[in-house]
Amino acid sequence: MNKARGDGSIFSRLSSTHIVYLVALLTLAVGSVLVATAGRSFFSPGNISSILTGTSVLGFIAIGQTLVILVGSLDLSVPYVTSLASLIAAGVMANNSANILAGVLLALGVSAVIGLFNGLIVSGLKVHGFIATLGMGLIISGFLATNFKGSFGQTPFSFRLVGATGLGPVPISTLIMLACAALAMLLLHRTRVGHQIYAVGGNPNVARMSGIRIQTPVITAHVICSVMAGMAGLLLASRLGVGSPTVGSQGGYDLLSIAAVVLGGTLLAGGKGSITGTLGGVLIFAMMDNIMSVMQVNPFLKDVVRGIVIVVAVAVYARRRIVNRPPRFGHDGHSRQEMPGTEETQEVRA
Amino acid sequence: MSRTLTPSDRSAVLQQNRAGRGERFLRALRTPGGAVFVLLVALLAAIIAVNPSFGEPDSFIRFIGRTAPIAIAAIGQYFVIVSGEFDLSMGSVVTMQVITAGNLIGDDDAKVIPVLLLMFALGAFIGLVNGLVTTLLRVPSFIVTLGMMLALLGLVLFWTGGAAQGNPADSFRQIGRGGIEGVPVLGVIPYPVIILAAVAALAFWLMRRPYGRTLIAAGDNPTAAALTGAPVWWVKTRAFMLSSLAATVSGILLVGYAGVHPSVGRGYEFTAITAVVLGGVVLGGGRGWVLSAAAGAFALESLFTLLNFVGVQSTWRDSVQGAIIIVAVAAAAKTWQRKRKGTAAPAQEAQPPKKAKQSEHHNGTTAR
Repeated sequence: MNKARGDGSIFSRLSSTHIVYLVALLTLAVGSVLVATAGRSFFSPGNISSILTGTSVLGFIAIGQTLVILVGSLDLSVPYVTSLASLIAAGVMANNSANILAGVLLALGVSAVIGLFNGLIVSGLKVHGFIATLGMGLIISGFLATNFKGSFGQTPFSFRLVGATGLGPVPISTLIMLACAALAMLLLHRTRVGHQIYAVGGNPNVARMSGIRIQTPVITAHVICSVMAGMAGLLLASRLGVGSPTVGSQGGYDLLSIAAVVLGGTLLAGGKGSITGTLGGVLIFAMMDNIMSVMQVNPFLKDVVRGIVIVVAVAVYARRRIVNRPPRFGHDGHSRQEMPGTEETQEVRA
Repeated sequence: MSRTLTPSDRSAVLQQNRAGRGERFLRALRTPGGAVFVLLVALLAAIIAVNPSFGEPDSFIRFIGRTAPIAIAAIGQYFVIVSGEFDLSMGSVVTMQVITAGNLIGDDDAKVIPVLLLMFALGAFIGLVNGLVTTLLRVPSFIVTLGMMLALLGLVLFWTGGAAQGNPADSFRQIGRGGIEGVPVLGVIPYPVIILAAVAALAFWLMRRPYGRTLIAAGDNPTAAALTGAPVWWVKTRAFMLSSLAATVSGILLVGYAGVHPSVGRGYEFTAITAVVLGGVVLGGGRGWVLSAAAGAFALESLFTLLNFVGVQSTWRDSVQGAIIIVAVAAAAKTWQRKRKGTAAPAQEAQPPKKAKQSEHHNGTTAR
């Protein structure tokens, strides 16, 4: 906080993405010192590999969550979609490598359908994203609890390799996650629907009045988010070798992914933010987890540290946003002031 | 505009423009906040149709007692939601209070009162922190209370090692478990029912006070409320404190019902939000009645009871709850929308979009 007030001019010129990576760098520095005092090396290939492994599952979900938050909605159904996808994949594959493609496609297909329903409920029935996806999550969780008592199905060895191998210290799963992130960035910055996502998240009324069909970006974001949650489910199925009805909800991925997205500098109200920032947020979480594991911090205290870091980090951005704000604009004038402008230039370009 | 109305004139004008009592009542039932009472009556009727013994006074009053903790939590959550914020830390506060009671009171009856005071102080303090970080540091309340939820639960589990332990004195557990015996007709009035009635009356009164009016104004449009001179930050902070205090009361009642275990209170925040939303309160603030929020909790609980009696597997509870809230909120969104369109200038909506694009665009950015 003192930093924010002290050199406000430099600080306010930094974009939130820069701050995220500064925080990540700080975590890295603190982490390497702390890990060194514990007599281990933070930069050993094994440790780097374990940090990157920790980024992949949350990374998939957070990428999808970024799109949904950018469009002004939320997705609380992701952990249940993740569990469902892991069950479908493991069930269809049934330890036969000939079924891998069918399992993957079916799992992602079902996830996409769930995302489609989420999007339709949010954009068509005008239900707040929080409630729509909370309800959808509950519906799926009831289905899972009724039909699956424990782990189910089995993934074949060749599929399990995806979760277990890596190029040097970089696990394959992280590379797939980064590829998905690149695709999502391409979508956001190079396609029409990507620009529409920012516009609708910034101010749906203005977006509608400038001729955007609000449904399209909202549904697209929700479908992609659910498919990403499905990818996370596939990865977990590949790591565990079985599908599990509780693997998603145990991870608490709904709230953690939202926290990672906001930690990455994306506005919770939508319309402002980036995938790059989200990846930084996920990396910070993974490094924190790793440092605390190496330091053998009590697992319950990990949650305490996580909670405090989330709030403090977001408080720093929020501070910066106030510094940046022109005085004549009110509470959320910031996004309203900028979004119509960018929207217009895009319209002209198109 | 120079002439000001005296209060008696004002009420006379109001009376003149008011519809009859009956018509106003019927109109209120058509709003989402009123419809939840219709839903509740329908659900209770359905339960009694399936299981007539549920309608007997003593089992009915027990049902109210059983629902009291969640209804009180919903009332607390209402204050935060109507001010346009979220309180996700509620479940962890309940857990923390339950564990505090279990560990600090022990078998000693003399410690009941001091520990109760400590619990209320803790609750108020957590609400204060949530509120101040949200309003002064401008962190979205979703994130603040999420952080608080993680941190509190982590601390509680660290303290207890994740296992059930401690058992408060019987006199303390009586608050949630006991009641006034020997009442005619009802047989027994459980203390939770009395506490719920007191909390509901207090909340009702508070929402009619200037504080309640300001809270709703701050939830509807914080900028406008601030410009009229309302201390929005302090109004909202007090809403967070009320929410945490309500969670504390729920926790005290739950000790009697469920005993001391770190899993008591898990998921309470989402159940409370569901109840509030089912009561027609709009997420984002500014709309809804506090007693409708409590009625939402009762509707939810009677829905579960009905499913139980009908013989639906308990694992389907979640699914039904999920479907119900989506349908309820979709219906409410339709009603509020119609109301808005009906009262606000209808011409704006009817303008042809193509030609008026430029001017509308301009209007949209400045006026909204």
